[in-house]
Amino acid sequence: MSIEIVNVGKRFGDFVALDDVSVSIPSGRLTALLGPSGGGKSTLLRIIAGLERADVGKVEIEGVDATGLPPQKRNVGFVFQHYAAFKHLTVRRNVAFGLEIRKRPKDEIRRRVDELLALVHLEQFAERLPAQLSGGQRQRMALARALAVEPTVLLLDEPFGALDAKVRKELRDWLRRLHDEVHVTTVFVTHDQEEALEVADEIVVINEGRVEQIGSPDDLYDRPANEFVMRFLGPVTQLGDQLVRPHDLQLFSGGTTGVAARVTRVTRIGFEIRVDVATTGGQPVTVTLTRNEFLALGIAVDSEVRVQLAPGSPSTTVSTPEQRTAEPSLATTTS
Amino acid sequence: MAEHSITRTPVGRRPGRYVLRAVVTAYLFLLVAWPLYLVGRNALADGFTSLGDILTDPDVTHALRLTVVIAVTAVVINTVFGVGISILLVRYDFPGKRTLNALLDMPLSVSPIVVGLALVLVYGGREGWFGPTLEAAGFQIIFATPGMVLATVFVALPLVIREVVPVLQEIGDEQEQAARSLGANAVQTFRRITLPAIKWGVIYGVVLSLARSLGEFGAVKVVSGNVLGETRTATLVVEEKYLNFDKGGSYATAFLLALVAVACIIVVSVLRPKEDR
Ligand SMILES: Nc1ncnc2c1ncn2[C@@H]1O[C@H](COP(=O)(O)OP(=O)(O)OP(=O)(O)O)[C@@H](O)[C@H]1O
Ligand SMILES: [Mg+2]
Repeated sequence: MSIEIVNVGKRFGDFVALDDVSVSIPSGRLTALLGPSGGGKSTLLRIIAGLERADVGKVEIEGVDATGLPPQKRNVGFVFQHYAAFKHLTVRRNVAFGLEIRKRPKDEIRRRVDELLALVHLEQFAERLPAQLSGGQRQRMALARALAVEPTVLLLDEPFGALDAKVRKELRDWLRRLHDEVHVTTVFVTHDQEEALEVADEIVVINEGRVEQIGSPDDLYDRPANEFVMRFLGPVTQLGDQLVRPHDLQLFSGGTTGVAARVTRVTRIGFEIRVDVATTGGQPVTVTLTRNEFLALGIAVDSEVRVQLAPGSPSTTVSTPEQRTAEPSLATTTS
Repeated sequence: MAEHSITRTPVGRRPGRYVLRAVVTAYLFLLVAWPLYLVGRNALADGFTSLGDILTDPDVTHALRLTVVIAVTAVVINTVFGVGISILLVRYDFPGKRTLNALLDMPLSVSPIVVGLALVLVYGGREGWFGPTLEAAGFQIIFATPGMVLATVFVALPLVIREVVPVLQEIGDEQEQAARSLGANAVQTFRRITLPAIKWGVIYGVVLSLARSLGEFGAVKVVSGNVLGETRTATLVVEEKYLNFDKGGSYATAFLLALVAVACIIVVSVLRPKEDR
């Protein structure tokens, strides 16, 4: 295990930002800290970097107790959401900063910086100031700068959060490829479940200062530990007292399986068809189908149908019966 | 600033704009430009003789030198402490921060004469609270250069701080944190990251402090004792010559002081646009 976080707690005044958090982050993997805004992700990352002190608990990095170490002794690379570029230094000097601090010989610095600039595709921008770069280029520079000191762990706090959707997607793929090349233990914070599911080897879900679940993207998606994780990772709807994913529901135009219901609305959303139904008990349920499935069923508004959960699909039992359907969920808007 | 607000003024209100411009120009002219011009004209009324006279008068040259020494010392002290206090105020939380913040504006609101008297009360050689002890140890503060430096430091104290604090707030602490995580210690972070970022703020603060320090009169007068050829500064020379009906010498010295102040302002205005680069 590369980073070992044991029973860490942190308060800001009366507010509990982290409550007894324990996480093991494996070596050489890409781990995502995922959770809603204000959940404590940044705080945890900053505690790992030494930019914030934990009130209680222990942080170990590669077997070394780092709890009391100042940030400059931890050998971590940190990438900030807003780049934190050194504005008065050129791209080259930005990347060289950590090596200059370590008083490496000039040729070695030049060679290493050239290598890194090539890695992040910024060779032709070496002599520019950060103000003359785009957001995505600045963030790649910040990454090269963090990688220059050969950190034992690389920490990224919403590295693509300030970029537009298209650039974000490009950089996300690029980070994945970069990680496959460089293999440094990487932890990145995101509140975008899609980003975490797509890029990470391992996901730590954090909410209100507590760890809700740790696991691979498949684990989390198929075997959510609780209702929160289920809701946070994707769209949900409720059938009976079970919380399920709308695309795991099956509709039948006849037969006796499942629950009887009546179609109330049909909406086409891109390549998906969303079918809202109401069960005979009056419960509204949302089902999403592919276009072909929908056409094969031959249903329309007011058709009588039967709904059932596809065998082997994930579900959790709802604790608060008032919360229903996919619509209000945070996750539907981003997926 | 003025440029921006003018471009945003609706077309229909143009006449108002010209009236406003005329009023401001007249105001500044009557209050600043005209009197300053008259000082210059009086100083040069009989060619360069008055200027030549004061520059060859050993008492005046001593006063000028003393003024420069005091002002430069005060500026150095104010810059070092000013930057330190600014960082303390912006980057750290501590009890009494608000009180400290309020105290820092005191020198701007308290009359310099009061400052001088207060310093005498504390450091006065005979009756001061702390003065006799220092005197016994061989340090004379009041009626000597240290007291005058102290008085000047006091009155110019907020200038560097008020320039640097907003810059520090604006740059935030992410760059500093990034430097720390890249292995820089506190001193390296300050020298390589913080200082270059606040450089212009410090420079403006220094120029303003210098202008203020060179021209300080009230507080210095109280603590100096005004001993000819020893603790008499340039501003005190102006006053003394004026009271002794040596108008020529008084205007000539005043002209020199004004010249330095104008030079300071020119330096500031030449530097300022570069900040926006
Ligand atoms: N320096 C601070 N002083 C007081 N409260 C703080 C401080 N830093 C963070 N907090 C609080 O701690 C909680 C967790 O903050 P944190 O920045 O870790 O959240 P996050 O999960 O990163 O959220 P986001 O996705 O919005 O960045 C928030 O409620 C925040 O208001
Ligand atoms: Mg955050």
